[in-house]
This record gives sequence, structure tokens and C-alpha cells, in this order.
Amino acid sequence: MSLFLIVALPFFGALLPGLMNSAGRQVCAGVTFTVSLAAFIGLLTNLPAVLAGELVTARLEWIPMLGLNVTLMLDGLGFFFALLILGIGLLIILYARSYLAREDNMGEFFTYLLLFQGAMVGIVLSDNILMLLVFWELTSLSSFLLIGYWKHLPAGRQGARMALTVTGLGGLSMIGGMLILGQIVGSYDLSVILQSRDIIQASPLYLPALILILVGCFTKSAQFPFHFWLPHAMAAPTPVSAYLHSATMVKAGLFLMARMWPVLSGTPEWFVIVTTTGLVTMCLGAVISLFKHDLKALLAFSTVSQLGLITMMLGTGTAFGALVAIFHILNHATFKAALFMSAGIIDHEAHTRDIRRLGGLRKLMPVTFVITTLSALSLAGIPFLNGFLSKEMMLKEATYTVLFGSPWLVPALATFGSLFSASYCFRLIGHTFFGPVRDDYPTKPRDPPAGLWLPAAFLVVLVVAIGVAPFLAEPFVKLVTASVLRDTAEMPKADFEIWVGLVPALYMSVVAVVGGLIMLALFNPALRVWDAAPRPEAKVIFDAVIKAGVAFARGVIHRAHDGAFSRYAAIMAITVVAVGYHAWATGTLGAETRVQQLANPVQIVGWLMLVAATLGLVLFHRNRLLALILIGIVGLVVSAAFVFFSAPDLAMTQLTVEVVTIILLLLALNFLPNRTPIESTVLLRTRDGAIAVMTGLAAMALSYHYLLRGTVSPSISEFHLANSYKGGGGTNVVNVILVDFRGFDTYGEIIVLGIAALIIYALTETLLSGPVRARLLNRKPDQPRAGNMHPMMMVVMTRVIMPIVMMVGFYIFLRGHNEPGGGFIAGLIVSIGVVMQYMASGFAWTSARLRYPYHGVIGAGVLIAGLTGIGSWFFAKPFLTSDFTYVRIPPFEKFELATAALFDLGVFLAVVGAVMLSLESFSRLARRAHVPDAEHPMDIDPSRDIPDPKKLEA
Amino acid sequence: MEFLVASAIGVLTAAGMYLVLRLRTFPVIMGMSLLTYAVNVFLFASGRLTVGAPPILGDGATYTDPLPQALVLTAIVISFGMTAVIVMIALGAYLGADDDRVDDPKPQDETPTKIEDAP
Repeated sequence: MSLFLIVALPFFGALLPGLMNSAGRQVCAGVTFTVSLAAFIGLLTNLPAVLAGELVTARLEWIPMLGLNVTLMLDGLGFFFALLILGIGLLIILYARSYLAREDNMGEFFTYLLLFQGAMVGIVLSDNILMLLVFWELTSLSSFLLIGYWKHLPAGRQGARMALTVTGLGGLSMIGGMLILGQIVGSYDLSVILQSRDIIQASPLYLPALILILVGCFTKSAQFPFHFWLPHAMAAPTPVSAYLHSATMVKAGLFLMARMWPVLSGTPEWFVIVTTTGLVTMCLGAVISLFKHDLKALLAFSTVSQLGLITMMLGTGTAFGALVAIFHILNHATFKAALFMSAGIIDHEAHTRDIRRLGGLRKLMPVTFVITTLSALSLAGIPFLNGFLSKEMMLKEATYTVLFGSPWLVPALATFGSLFSASYCFRLIGHTFFGPVRDDYPTKPRDPPAGLWLPAAFLVVLVVAIGVAPFLAEPFVKLVTASVLRDTAEMPKADFEIWVGLVPALYMSVVAVVGGLIMLALFNPALRVWDAAPRPEAKVIFDAVIKAGVAFARGVIHRAHDGAFSRYAAIMAITVVAVGYHAWATGTLGAETRVQQLANPVQIVGWLMLVAATLGLVLFHRNRLLALILIGIVGLVVSAAFVFFSAPDLAMTQLTVEVVTIILLLLALNFLPNRTPIESTVLLRTRDGAIAVMTGLAAMALSYHYLLRGTVSPSISEFHLANSYKGGGGTNVVNVILVDFRGFDTYGEIIVLGIAALIIYALTETLLSGPVRARLLNRKPDQPRAGNMHPMMMVVMTRVIMPIVMMVGFYIFLRGHNEPGGGFIAGLIVSIGVVMQYMASGFAWTSARLRYPYHGVIGAGVLIAGLTGIGSWFFAKPFLTSDFTYVRIPPFEKFELATAALFDLGVFLAVVGAVMLSLESFSRLARRAHVPDAEHPMDIDPSRDIPDPKKLEA
Repeated sequence: MEFLVASAIGVLTAAGMYLVLRLRTFPVIMGMSLLTYAVNVFLFASGRLTVGAPPILGDGATYTDPLPQALVLTAIVISFGMTAVIVMIALGAYLGADDDRVDDPKPQDETPTKIEDAP
């Protein structure tokens, strides 16, 4: 199966559980299982190639300019991790099916699980480090959802947030490291990076890159001092803990260290940082684990400790260390997943995970007892179980490792860690299953149905099988190790054997096991010492740090962002002018290349009108209706200027937009106060005036200077002028640019316009469904209204005019390609025609005659434009490539048929829909505000506020 | 002529800016409209001013620059959409709060929002 499909399956599959939720829990789990199984089988189909040592790849160029390609690669290491992720995933799905309670939303759970699974598979199969980072972040996000799945538990929410914060910050650091690495090598492809060991290690940026990447790995794999999130993530449902913290999420950091091993390891920096961190984490985790009473907390710290062990092995930088690491990842995944599942079973059956309240379960839960004991003993390092083998090899490697010049440090600490590991395993078995049967369990425990224990039992079979017959796992582990090492080191000769003779590692192992038993015997006094000892609480520190961060951010934001919008605007204006002034003062100004053209009297009159209207607007802006009239004059002068300066299309657009804008503002003014009160002080007005004059002068100076100079480099307009008719089939270059050359832009713009209209619609709906509705209904108009709501003259006129308006619109639309006009202008003209009907005949009358809702019109427009663009794909041309031909139907002249016209139709519809939807939304508010208008268009409004003549007479 | 256009842009910008700095929504909307005119003319003028040479291919030998025109055409239509959205927001705020002031009241530092769940 293609690698793309393996990665994509869980993501697409994630849609299914949610959809299947109502079909029942069995179906929901079944669908999830099937999706995972398909991906799993797909992975296995690639097994022969991997076994043959081939590198399976799949490549898709995405943004080659940025080095961002979708490239996937499957080698031994990737296969190994994908196998763990998908294989254990299958078991977890089975387990979760039985584990989740009836009130848990199963569809939601499995959706998150599949998302997470897809992201993990993506990490291990990525061949591009940028892709890898995307998947890396996706695991942080999806694990956040999984850990916080029980939203009603505060601990769950806090744990999820902590995990997201820590792994998310690590992810940021990782991005930095990866980008540096990509810069050093000059490629973001892993396959290239992995062959550039010498370049990378010789680079001065090696150390920063290494530290940043390692911080990412350490946070993900819960290494000291970032280990604290993992125990808090235990608030998640147990299937999540078993999945995330045995086989997947926390192993992602290890995976990346193993993946980068050929290029990053082998230096003193790598050795010191990684080995020390691993060693400290291993010992610390093991010690804390012993004193935890919650089964899952115990296992969480045990996981931290075991991850430390693996990290330490990767840190040694030797081929044997890598081999041990890989082998232990495999073993840890099997026994730890089984242990987590067992903890979940005990919790599920006894309703407590507190070891102090358990004991004696051996007789009540024999199956669980066997499963837990075997996996715990494997973790403790007891022979004939797989944990023994890798632990033995670890101790052997430790004896060869010299850290900080001391040959004793690593072996001693490794033995110390193993001792505590053995000890907490014995405590787990002893205090939970042995001892007398109690009668105060929250509920009487018994063995669960097979759905819960079978997945764990399957893993325990693996634990024993590898433990008894290590040669079964040997070829596979060595294959994986070979793909870790690549060509940087020889594969170690070591064989996987249970009995290796009387070597130091065996003595250390014996010391660890015996010491563990002694430690257990001394547990109670040790616990007293532990409880009495002061130690920092990670959560308290974390919360304090977060709190300080929030306080700091709030301080900054409140000071900078105090809600005075006019102040922001003033600051922005001053800044822009200051930057512009700086550019002008420090830059050089070219010589004038154009001559000032002479102005004729008409222009001067127009200019005077514009200036007068604008100044009048400033002076009389408190009278809002007058302001509207004045701004209308400004718009008209601007339109006239467009006509004069050879822009007929612009003039038509400006003119029509002007009309709809004024109607819109009038509708709004219907509700707003008619006058603006005087609030600002003279000082404030002077300040604003100064800022305004300054910005005005700046804008004027800038335009004046460039108007007298030619463009710096030749404009691309020459191309458009030359190809408009040849390539686009139209003589109106502006229209051809809109619908053809830059059709993609126009497509985006009509979508934006449609979205704006939908926003207005949504806001209206919100207003009308909220408390505003009552206020609108009770609102009294502040001025007497006309008695005749729909004057007859106007009704008749608009109806007569309507077909003419439509015809003009049609004409403007058709001629648009060659003469001024086109979809935008035609759309505005038709909208004005329809708006006139609303104004003359009323809302109810018009909307009753409306055949299509305006949302539909917008949608149809965007759809038609989009389909026109897609149509060109069928002729193997890029999106929106247009074509045209000339047709002659006998009685008419020769005319042109262009796909661009179809696109323009889309533009037309979108504009009509958007303009009408906006205006209609406003008038809907108005309609609620007054007495419902009648169906008849020319009625007399009885509620009018004029004196009754009869009463006056009386 | 260049001076007239440049000064018109300047006057529109100054008036627009002054109105944008007012304290009620309606003048701010008016100011935004004036700024829109200013910006549109400014962009249009970046094609330099040409009289009597519209970009309609025909007998003429010279044409004005069509590209700024195409850009400004969509800008005019989009600015209608933008104005409509702002007006709607202003209207919603006024109808909801019976107040058409632009500036928020000062945020209160004394009552920090709850960020941490009770343990």
C-alpha cells in the first residue's frame, strides 16, 4: 500500500467514528478498528521491501520553493515505530471499547484517537523535517484532546493543559532546531540531512541546533526537568495512558533522537547532555515511582524512568547503545502497555487505583494477576522475560561508559535505578495482589470480560515469547538498528542470549533484584523518610510560572490596549507618517521625469466642489443627514474624475457603489441618533486636527512626488495591453485583467464580498434573536413619518423602470469584455433596480416576489466562477485559463463567446447577492422596528403621527 | 493637474483622518469612507494621470495604465462590503448598548479573569 495511504487513512478515518456515533458503540468501535487495521495491513504489505533493506519512498512536490514537500519514507526504524503505533493501537481500540462507560462519548474518543494515530504515523514516516514538525505539533494537539477527554474532571483539564504547554513549547524549540539544521545542510529532506554528518558536526551552529532539538525530544519524552507533565497526564482515561505513554507519544522524542542519531550523536556534547539527562531521569523516576500510591502514577514515573534509560543508551553514541535502546523500546512498549491496561482493569473493577486500599486481589482476579505479574517482573528484570534481556544489555553498556571521567558513575547509577525499578515492581505486585483478601474495596473486584484482558494478555504473550526465545526478536531488532546506524557505525556482534556468563552486568542485575526485595521489606520506614523529606512540587512551580506569565501579559496588554480606539488610530497615523518622513529624509528623490499637465476650468471647479464638500463634511459632521449629502457630492466628483482620467469602468463602478452606499447609510441612520453630540474638548480637537493635517500633507506630498515621476521599473501593464485581445479576446483591458489575467484575484474578491454579506446577515440574525429584538419592537420613531408609506408615483415609476434597469444591466454585462462594463457594474446596476422595488413597494411585497434567497445567489455566483475555473483542468490547463471563440448566427453580427463571460456571470451573481443580502439585512431590522407592513403596496399608515382634522375642528 | 489630484488626495486623507479620530461611530464611518476615496484615488493615480486614452483597445496608439484601474475597481466594490460590515457592527453595538461611543471603558485590573480551575 502506498505510504500516503497509510498516513492518510487514520486522518480520513477520524471522520467516521463521529458519524457512526449514533449507530451504536459496537459499530463505532468496529469502524475505528477497521480503519486502523487497514492501515496496519497496508504497513505490513511493505514488510518484504523493508526486510530486503530497501527504502520505500513516496514523494509529492508541494511548495518546492520553500523546500516543503510531502515526502514519506519507510525504513527499518520507521517500520518498527509504525508497527508499534498501529499494532498497539489496535489492541487499545479493543480495550477502550470495553473500558469506556456508557456515558462517555465514544465517537469523540475514537476520533481523537485516530487523529493522534495519524499524526504519530506521520512523524515516523516523514522524510521531510518540516512535514515532521507539522505532525509533531499535531500529536501535541491531539494528545491534548485525548488527555482532556474527561472534560468534567478538573485534573483532566489541567493535565491536558500542562501536557500541551510543555510539549508545545518543546515543539517550538524543535522548530528552531530543525530550521537551523535545514539551513546548515541546505535541504529539509531527511534523506539528505542524514548523509551530511560531517557538515553538520563541523558547523558552528551544531550546538544550538542540537540543544534546541534535544529540548523538543526531552519535553516530548518526559525527560528531567520536563518530566512533570507525564504523571499529570494520567488523569486521562486509561486506554489513552496505555497508548500515549507506553508506545507512542513519549516515544516520539526517542524516535527523533534515534532518527537523528547518525548525524547528531558521537560528539562530546551529545554524549554529555543526552547521557546525563537520561541517567538523572532514570534514577529520579524510579525513586519517585516507588513512593507513589496511585497505580497509574506509579506507572507514570516508571515510564519516565524507563524513558530515561533508553535516552541514556542513545546518548552513549555507540552502536551497541543504539541496539539496546531499540530493543528496550520494543520491550517497554509491550510490558508497559500491558501494565497500564492492568491498572485500568483494576480501577475499572475495584473502583480504586490506590495501592493502600488494594491487596489480596490474587484470589479475586487471577487472570489480571498473571498478566500484571508477568509484565511487572519483566520490567523488574527477571530472567525469561523480555525486560531482563534489554536491562542486562543496558547494564553491560553502562559498564563501558565513562562519564565525567569516572568509570564508576554510570554503572553505579544504572544499578541504583534498576534497584528501585525492581523495588517498585515488587511493590506493585506485592501490595496489590498478595496479602489477605480485604472486605473494604469500593466494589468487589473480579476478573473483567475478555475484551479488557485479552489485549493485555496478547502483549504478555509477546513479553514471554521474546524473553524465552530472544532469537525471535534478534533479526528484527538488528534490522531496525541498522537503519538507525545507517553507515556511521558497524552493527555490533552481540547475540541476544539469556545466559551470557558470569559478567559484571549479571552481578549488577543480581544486586538490583536482591536490593529491590530488601527495599520492599524496608518500605514503610523508607516511606516515612520520603514523606518527611522536603521536595519541590513540580505542579506548584509550573502553576507559579504560568501565573507570572499571565500577570505579565495582562500588565502589558492592559497598558497598551486600554480600549481607546481613537487613541490607537492616532498612534498608528503618527507612526506611519513618522516612518514615511524618515524614508523621505534619508532617501534620495529622483529627478522629475514628467511635466505637470495644465488644468482646465472644469477641473478646477470640480476640485473646488470636492474640497468644499469635504471641508463642509468636517465642519457639519454632527448633522448626520447633511454629512451624508456632502459625502455623496464627494463621491460624484471622484466618479467624474475617473471619467476624465480615462477610467470609464471605474467611474461606472464608483457611481453605482455610491448609490448603494448612501442607501445603506440611510438605512443605518434610521436607527442611529441624528446628531453627534459635542464631547471632545477643544484641546483634543486641536490635537486631532494637527494629526489630520499632518497625514493629509504626507499623503499629498507622496502622491504629488510620484505623479511627476515615471515608474522605476517598466510596468507589467504593457503585457496586458499587448495580450488583452490576442490572449483574452477582449478589447476592454480592465475587464480582461479582471476576468482573465488576474481572474484568481477576482475570484478571491467575490468570495470576500460574499463573506462580508454573510457576516452582515449573521449579525442581523443574532441581533434579532437577542434582547435587541424587544427593543426594536417597542421602538418609537423619533420623527413623524410620512402618512403614505408607499407613494403611488414612486411605486408606478419603479415598476415601469424595472425592466429597463434589467436591460441596461444585461447590456452592460454583455459589452463588458470589449467596452466599459462587466459583471461588477452590471451586478450593481441590477441591485439598484431591485432596491428601488424595496424602497417603493415595501419589504413584504418585494420579498414575497423573491424567487431565490440571496445567499443562494452568492453561492451560485461563486460556484459558477469556480466551476469555470475548474473547467480548464479538463483541458489540462491551469485553473482559470480562459478560452474564446467567435460565432456568427446569420441575422446578427459576429460575436464572441468566451469562458471569461461565464466567469463574469459568476462575478455578477455574487455582487448582486452580496449587495442585496446586506441591504436586505438592514431593512429587516427596520421591518421589525415598525408596524408590520401590509401586503398591499399603497396603503395609508394609520399609525402616523399627524393631528386628526376632525378633532381639530371639535 | 497633478497638483490638483495630489491636493485632493491630501484633503480627503486629512478630513478622513480627523473624522476617524472622533468619538462616535457615525463620524468614524464617514471618515473611513473619505479615507477609502483617498486610497482609491491614490492607487489609481499610481498609473499616472492620462487624459482621453481609456484602456479600450482601438485605433489609439497610447492607452493609460489598465492595471491600477482593475485593482481599484475591485477595491471599490470590496470597500462597499467593508463599509456595510462596519455599519452593521456599529448598529449592533448601538442597538445592544444604547450607546454609539467608539472607545471602550477602561479595563479593570482589579478583577482578573479566572484562568486556573479550582483543584
